[in-house]
Amino acid sequence: MSLDPSFVGRTYPPTAPYQVGREKIREFATAIGATDPAHHDPAAARALGHPDVVAPPTFPVVVTMAASRQIVEDPALGVDYSRVVHGDQRFAYTRPVVAGDELVCASTIEDVTTRGGHGFLTTRTDVSTVAGEPVVAVWSKIVVRGEA
Amino acid sequence: MELPAKTFQVTRADLVRYAGASGDFNPIHWSDRFATKVGLPGVIAHGMFTMALVSRAITEWAGAPDAVVDYGVRFTRPVVVPDDDQGTEIEVTAVVREVTEDGLTRLDVTATCLGEKVLSQARATIRTAR
Repeated sequence: MSLDPSFVGRTYPPTAPYQVGREKIREFATAIGATDPAHHDPAAARALGHPDVVAPPTFPVVVTMAASRQIVEDPALGVDYSRVVHGDQRFAYTRPVVAGDELVCASTIEDVTTRGGHGFLTTRTDVSTVAGEPVVAVWSKIVVRGEA
Repeated sequence: MELPAKTFQVTRADLVRYAGASGDFNPIHWSDRFATKVGLPGVIAHGMFTMALVSRAITEWAGAPDAVVDYGVRFTRPVVVPDDDQGTEIEVTAVVREVTEDGLTRLDVTATCLGEKVLSQARATIRTAR
């Protein structure tokens, strides 16, 4: 699958704000078996200096999903989602996500390559509060498998 | 320095729960019919679920749920989860690559399933415990 390299550098408008709920953090933490009280109990989180329960490190994917869709479903880019596999994922945190955050995502296409018949697409999504405070930068590389 | 290995059991029920919590309902993570149709050996775990389990190992080693400042992986091999009560297991180990003067510890992490690496270039930077 060949992806258009002219998409490198393209930016997408910020997503609608995502309201991080305490119960969503608890649900996510429970689903991954993360039992640390700071994920579940606001008092335990406050004892660590956070205003409310702390999300586990990979929780931001819940928030960035809409931003990823924006790109993968961009008809001009033409990704065949049924052929997509996840290549790389990285998070660089300014601070952990906490309940009560209202987060927006701004995405940029950082790299587009085609190698061995497969397409590789690297995106960077900057997650910040609606007030503009940076929270976490998220890189994701997907592989669009070529036709066998 | 090598950190103590941690083992995580993964069953189909865990994948269903993760799908709901994360919002990733790709049928390769719950339907054998769909997974085999697209050429997989069967239902596989979400890469992000594996990454989340590894993050648990990292925060447990760090001794703090909020200690991770950078965390990245490459997904190299799918984690196939059979439809039985045992499921499969992911084993996670790490070595300390560097402890910096400004209080950061860099880890090189290894995650295996049935003896095969499922991640490569798995690295985390954590704030060194005080």
